[in-house]
Amino acid sequence: MKFSEQWLREWVNPAVDNETLSAQLTMAGLEVDAVEPVAEAFSGVVVGEVQQLEPHPDADKLRVCRVDVGQQEALTIVCGAANVRVGMRAPTAIIGAVLPGNFKIKKSKLRGVESFGMLCSAKELGLAESSSGLMELPSDAPVGTDLRDYMLLDDLTFELGLTPNRGDCLSIAGVAREVGVINRCAVQGPGMAALVPNCDDVFAVTVAAPADCPRYVGRVIRGIDPQATTPMWMVERLRRSGIRSLNPAVDITNYVMLELGQPMHAFDLRRLHGGIDVRRARPGESLQLLNGNSVELDGETLVIADANGPLAMAGVMGGEASAVSDDTVDIFLESAFFAPEAITGRARRYGLHTDSSHRFERGVSPTLQGEAIERATALFLQIAGGTAGPLTEALAHDYLPQRNAVTLRAARLQRVLGMQLPRDEVTDILNRLGLNAAQEADGWRVTAPPYRFDIAIEEDLIEEVARIYGYDRLPSVSPTGALRMGAAPEGRLEADRLRGLLVARGYQEAITYSFVAPELQQLLDPEAAPLALANPISAEMAVMRTTLWSGLVQALLNNVNRQQERVHLFETGLRFVPEAAGLRQERTVAGLVYGAVAPEQWGEALRKADFFDAKGDVEELLALAGAADNTRIVAAGHPALHPGQSARVEQGGEIVGWLGALHPSVAEKLGLPTGVYLFELSLSVLEQGCIPRFRELSKFPVIRRDIAVVVDQSLPVERIMEIARGAAPEELRELKLFDLYMGKGIDSGRKSVALGLTLQANSRTLTDHEVDAAMAKIVAVLGDEFGATLRD
Amino acid sequence: MQQQLRQQVEQACQAIEQAADLPALDQVRVLYLGKKGLLTEQMKQLGQLPPEERPKVGALINVAKGEVQQALEARKESLQAAALNLKLAAEAVDVTLPGRGQTAGGLHPVTRVLSRIEALFRQLGFTIAEGPEVEDDFHNFEALNIPETHPARAMHDTFYFDAGRLLRTHTSPVQIREMEKQQPPLRIIAPGRVYRCDYDQTHSPMFHQVEGLLVDEQVTFADLKGILDDFLRNFFEGDFKVRFRPSYFPFTEPSAEVDVQCVMCGGSGCRSCKHSGWLEIGGCGMVHPNVFKHVGIDSERYTGFAFGMGVERLAMLRYGVSDLRLFFENDLRFLQQFR
Repeated sequence: MKFSEQWLREWVNPAVDNETLSAQLTMAGLEVDAVEPVAEAFSGVVVGEVQQLEPHPDADKLRVCRVDVGQQEALTIVCGAANVRVGMRAPTAIIGAVLPGNFKIKKSKLRGVESFGMLCSAKELGLAESSSGLMELPSDAPVGTDLRDYMLLDDLTFELGLTPNRGDCLSIAGVAREVGVINRCAVQGPGMAALVPNCDDVFAVTVAAPADCPRYVGRVIRGIDPQATTPMWMVERLRRSGIRSLNPAVDITNYVMLELGQPMHAFDLRRLHGGIDVRRARPGESLQLLNGNSVELDGETLVIADANGPLAMAGVMGGEASAVSDDTVDIFLESAFFAPEAITGRARRYGLHTDSSHRFERGVSPTLQGEAIERATALFLQIAGGTAGPLTEALAHDYLPQRNAVTLRAARLQRVLGMQLPRDEVTDILNRLGLNAAQEADGWRVTAPPYRFDIAIEEDLIEEVARIYGYDRLPSVSPTGALRMGAAPEGRLEADRLRGLLVARGYQEAITYSFVAPELQQLLDPEAAPLALANPISAEMAVMRTTLWSGLVQALLNNVNRQQERVHLFETGLRFVPEAAGLRQERTVAGLVYGAVAPEQWGEALRKADFFDAKGDVEELLALAGAADNTRIVAAGHPALHPGQSARVEQGGEIVGWLGALHPSVAEKLGLPTGVYLFELSLSVLEQGCIPRFRELSKFPVIRRDIAVVVDQSLPVERIMEIARGAAPEELRELKLFDLYMGKGIDSGRKSVALGLTLQANSRTLTDHEVDAAMAKIVAVLGDEFGATLRD
Repeated sequence: MQQQLRQQVEQACQAIEQAADLPALDQVRVLYLGKKGLLTEQMKQLGQLPPEERPKVGALINVAKGEVQQALEARKESLQAAALNLKLAAEAVDVTLPGRGQTAGGLHPVTRVLSRIEALFRQLGFTIAEGPEVEDDFHNFEALNIPETHPARAMHDTFYFDAGRLLRTHTSPVQIREMEKQQPPLRIIAPGRVYRCDYDQTHSPMFHQVEGLLVDEQVTFADLKGILDDFLRNFFEGDFKVRFRPSYFPFTEPSAEVDVQCVMCGGSGCRSCKHSGWLEIGGCGMVHPNVFKHVGIDSERYTGFAFGMGVERLAMLRYGVSDLRLFFENDLRFLQQFR
């Protein structure tokens, strides 16, 4: 809601300045989004009248004007506007004037002819975005008067960001009412005596959908002057409310809507047939709207129809065919109450949002229609002449919204607000708001006025009281409550610790969009059919990710494009996996490693990260969560991963994660370099950890023995370690792979695996003899199992 | 005899002083105190003296030996110290060279802010709750007193999948899910991603909110004011003014917008606060009785408040980030500023 301060002050004029007024509105819940001057700063512009026109001797498009600006002598002004003519009154910037943009008007020569000022367009004065030609002022504009005084330009525009419950404030009358309540001052609108009809013409109205339209008021006005123009004061007020002037009929209905809050519509009577019927649209009906679009109407849509079909989408927008045009002389004026439920969502369904639908959706006072049509009629007759017929009203009283009495208990008021308000003050506030409060033993009985659609329950009244009393006057205290601890399962890795580990290991946390491009999603998880948005904001954000990798590879790409050579990223969040049983929204952590393991540094060679760096991070995560022992990392293929560098994480037979190198062909399609390593783990795996269990510390010395065995290259090291561990005595404390070698000295197709064994007994010192025997046994078992031989 | 001893001691001391290193010093020791050393020999010849002289001369020899011994020790220590100093000098490093090793990464600023918010509310016994991001119409709207026909739905530019499913437009459905699960007292913070179909310089189609809910037998609007006053001053670490303005949310009544005195300019007016001196932080209010009705909580017995805040906005204010879109570009140059 945007309006001129002057206009508001015509209705209610509290003795407060505009800043206070603005603060008052904001603190009453009518948030002031902006307060701006209605015109940019300019000076030295007066009303001028063009008295004479002569062609410019040296320029076809310029003319030399004599302009009366109320001084002794008329000014010579060279003007290039096409619409300049003798007798025209227009804003004239005289020598010394300063126009918007600090444009100073000086005596100048245009193609050899001296010019003593400038005739201005609306755009040049900052009063319009664009204009064609000079701004034409009314013929009675007093010549010589300062334009700012004449047009009352020293005014401010207030812009309110109204919440949907305050439809009653979508008018000057409504805002004035609120200002009156706050300042305890009288509100006075323009006089609106009912008009005595001066013709008998009526146009029949029936309402087939009375629940949707309980009240419909219409009137015929005949013989308006098609040449009439909207007076400047109205054009200006509309402009200050952000509405462009079109023609008197449209301007008047818009003006009354802004003034009183009643959206109205004017039909060209000539184009109407039979009578008006307010009904739901029928199958197959369509309507050419005023905005030029043609829409197919559905049965939920309320229409204003005549014998030939729909004329307008009720409460939303008129139709092209029945609209008032330049040659309209007879009109039919509509002022109706449409039930909010009958309008809500309809406009949006057709991609529309109009000032009218905005108001009807929020609720227009059901008692306003007569008053509004009288006001509009008076304006019509004043501006465009004509004769007005009697009012036609179709009223279904039973369907008008009822305002039930609501009880406000003093005790509840105190309980919700946390303070006791003086009873008299509460009564006063309610009554100032027009809520007709009757005091009762333990509270008030309140009936809301017809224009308030937001007072249905006790809490609504509590808010009204609090709002007018002032939120800033309500107390502020610390809440109290019982102190009780909640559960803190230790086997669950807290998100903070998880993140902390990855951060400590060099990862930077990323947050990427949950919706991604379908192509990217398809590339990384081709087997999933991702959940697709019905109304995506762009093709790049159209489907829900089934893997967090989609965002991470995109982030990598962005960083690589900015010359980053080392990228370690992780993200936690949901992935959205469609399954037969429904959508699984799984909490997940994922990581990406690219480039050097550690940042470039002196004294250390740069080492590119590989599969095992990513694996080390996964293993550390599992270990931190206490899940190292109940999970396994096994070789397995994944469509997005390198077939030879891909593994999955299993827990209890279920797949809980993946890791590996991004498949080179996927990388190529994404425009990424090779050497990208990824992992992804379901957070559930990190929430089922074991609680640590203490083992006695031995006081006896440890013995370390190393062996290197030569085995087939294809044999997984994990199997060798498993067998070695199985063959080792119970005193084995640690089994470590400390070297892996292929090449010179080892037969091709074979590899040397070097294992370090640490042994220690709890109750004695191990002898060399028994350790030798244990090692021999392990070597023998490995020989039997894998044909392993000791490396010389 | 005494004369001779004196001379030997002096000679020994001179030799000790001249020993350049430990082996040389040892040679001196052997020469005087070794098995066949000069002073040792003297002692051996003691037997040839008359018995009455032996103790006196013996004592003299012992004194001489002691003196030599002492000189040897002193010289040894000084030689060792010199050797150590030499070694240490050789081992000196340029301590201004940079340290080595893995460098830590960092948390996303949104996480940083969320952790901070969670920590503050945890002090008051709030627990963290989470909910699904693909929500149903009931939890996102209906149960929050936003029926199909409500104009407030237009305030939420909703992403839909199909008739019943959508991306949550706020974290408020977590309130509903928690209240469905348990009866009061409830103290909950629900951080998370939310989605709105809106994308420009100041709107991101995905952003984060944190929702708070407190339901108990004696919860008032004064408590709501108190907790948010407290939170904002602690979050921004300053004695900032906090303002509550009447507003409207279908799921709270009375409802309020919370503003904090501009933390950038202190309230005198700047670009961040659009010259108003105030920053909008979020919405709040007393839980609407219709919401309690939907989850089966007796609104006569219990009252409660809820509040919601935009996390990116808090992060922008806290760290002076100028552009919302930076949060999701994941540019390392941006992320690394919040380690």
